[in-house]
Amino acid sequence: MIVLLGVVVVILGFVTRRNPVLVVGVAGVFTGLIGGMNPQQVLAAFGRSFADSRSVTVFAVVLPVIGLLERHGLREQAGRLIGRLGALSAGRFLAVYLLIRQVTAALGLTSICGPAQTVRPLVAPMAEAAAERSTGAALPERLREKVRSYSASADTVGLFFGEDCFIAIGSILLITGFVNSTYHQNLEPTQLALWAIPLAVCAFLVHGARLLLLDRQLQREMALAHAEHDLPLPQTTEQKATRQKATEEKGTDK
Amino acid sequence: MIKVEWLYWLVGLVFVVMAVQMAADRSNPRRWTSAAFWGLLGLTFPYGTGVANATAHNGGWTLPAEPLGVAVLALIVLAGLNLLGKGRPVTSTAEEREASATRLGGRIFVPALTIPLVAIVCASLLDTSGLFEKGRATLIGLGVGCLVALAVGMLVTGERKLSVPLHCGRSMLEAMGSALLLPQLLAVLGSIFALAGVGTQVGRIVHDVLPDNSKFLAVVAYCVGMFLFTVIMGNAFAAFPVMTAAIGWPVLIEQMHGHVPAVLAIGMLAGFSGTLCTPMAANFNIVPATLLELKDQYGPIKAQIPTALSLLACTTAIMALFAF
Repeated sequence: MIVLLGVVVVILGFVTRRNPVLVVGVAGVFTGLIGGMNPQQVLAAFGRSFADSRSVTVFAVVLPVIGLLERHGLREQAGRLIGRLGALSAGRFLAVYLLIRQVTAALGLTSICGPAQTVRPLVAPMAEAAAERSTGAALPERLREKVRSYSASADTVGLFFGEDCFIAIGSILLITGFVNSTYHQNLEPTQLALWAIPLAVCAFLVHGARLLLLDRQLQREMALAHAEHDLPLPQTTEQKATRQKATEEKGTDK
Repeated sequence: MIKVEWLYWLVGLVFVVMAVQMAADRSNPRRWTSAAFWGLLGLTFPYGTGVANATAHNGGWTLPAEPLGVAVLALIVLAGLNLLGKGRPVTSTAEEREASATRLGGRIFVPALTIPLVAIVCASLLDTSGLFEKGRATLIGLGVGCLVALAVGMLVTGERKLSVPLHCGRSMLEAMGSALLLPQLLAVLGSIFALAGVGTQVGRIVHDVLPDNSKFLAVVAYCVGMFLFTVIMGNAFAAFPVMTAAIGWPVLIEQMHGHVPAVLAIGMLAGFSGTLCTPMAANFNIVPATLLELKDQYGPIKAQIPTALSLLACTTAIMALFAF
């Protein structure tokens, strides 16, 4: 039971927001020592498992190619591709962006889109503009926040449930590395990536549907906001007067 | 025959070359420690050949594992004390990139698409040709794909110097920092947990709670366990080795004969649903809120929770229905 303290160290480390690399290192040494290994065995365990999990870091060979393409306008071209979708409604626009994000991530292009690269400069402003165009008025602050939050969510969901269809992504390589070295298996990344496809489809259907529903929510809430604003003025002052009267009466009762 | 170890040497070489570039980059305030970190990481790749389990594949060349363990701890200290710095990114101006994007149009995507295409061809068509080490065709295909894509990319963009893509890649490396190494360190932590018996302990507790031979409840325990553990730790990579050693492997695979790739791939994705719901995964959930200047920093999480719960239900259902 005492080895479970290793898990506690990890949780405490992450909860108190320590440097994650340091958390993992300390938890590893601590768990090894309380698990009954001597320092030399701990070192050997670190070395052996580091060697066995080298495949997880192999994706770094992709960086020069992507770096070269980014230097020559890969992100700008991706931005133009997204820019052509500007005529859609907010929900439809975000659903198409979700699809683009999933498909590009599934091809290994995880870094051409993202919160800093596309969501802030392109996706969120375009979704807001689309929402304002379809409802015909400026968005109130609360709805603006909602549209922005959904823009961020389309990016994150698309990335998470797209990237696992690509073989050279950290999570797929982590599974093969861990299982092949711990249980002496011979798993291939492609087998795992295939099983990520059904969930990629589910994610697109679920989140896509929710994005389309966002359009209706926006319409409804905008209609409500309008209704509130359009109340004839005398009635509001009258209401105010009665309300004031009521509170005054309450006050005297006290 | 092309061996997977050659790919590891290539990766190590890339890191070492980039470390040399870093050491020469005076715009990086921590250039020496940065170069030491990436250079040392690069050297662990060929050294690892002698340590890895697959000694039969590398001609019986063996090296002791302890020095590599010391190197890993050194990497942890360098990254853990925030000694990694960034140089001024070697890149083009916004105008140059716009002009280049206009000139190249859709062709800019061709080299990027080459990587997965070549990898898939290697994994499917060439796997049985005997050209690649058995069971490693996909990984080797990735390496081959990158080399081909680099050549195609230089042709398409008209770049002549090989140092340019290396400098661009190095800038990305510096931007990612030690986050790049985290997955591998989490895999190491997973193995140490397994060696120390953490998974078996969690498994024993789960075993006491779970009724015997209920496949569906075991699937629920694995998926929901991955989900909750990820919410707490903010990282599915850290939850995966523990939950797999506890339930995934001993119960779902050994006891109930689940299909190995299906159980593991779907289990990882159950963890990803957890990542969508937690402020602990700051880089995915809090950073976008800050970037978008939201007043409510949990806005993106609120937008994601219904999707995450639906997908958790989907992962559980798909695993229960198709993995056995």
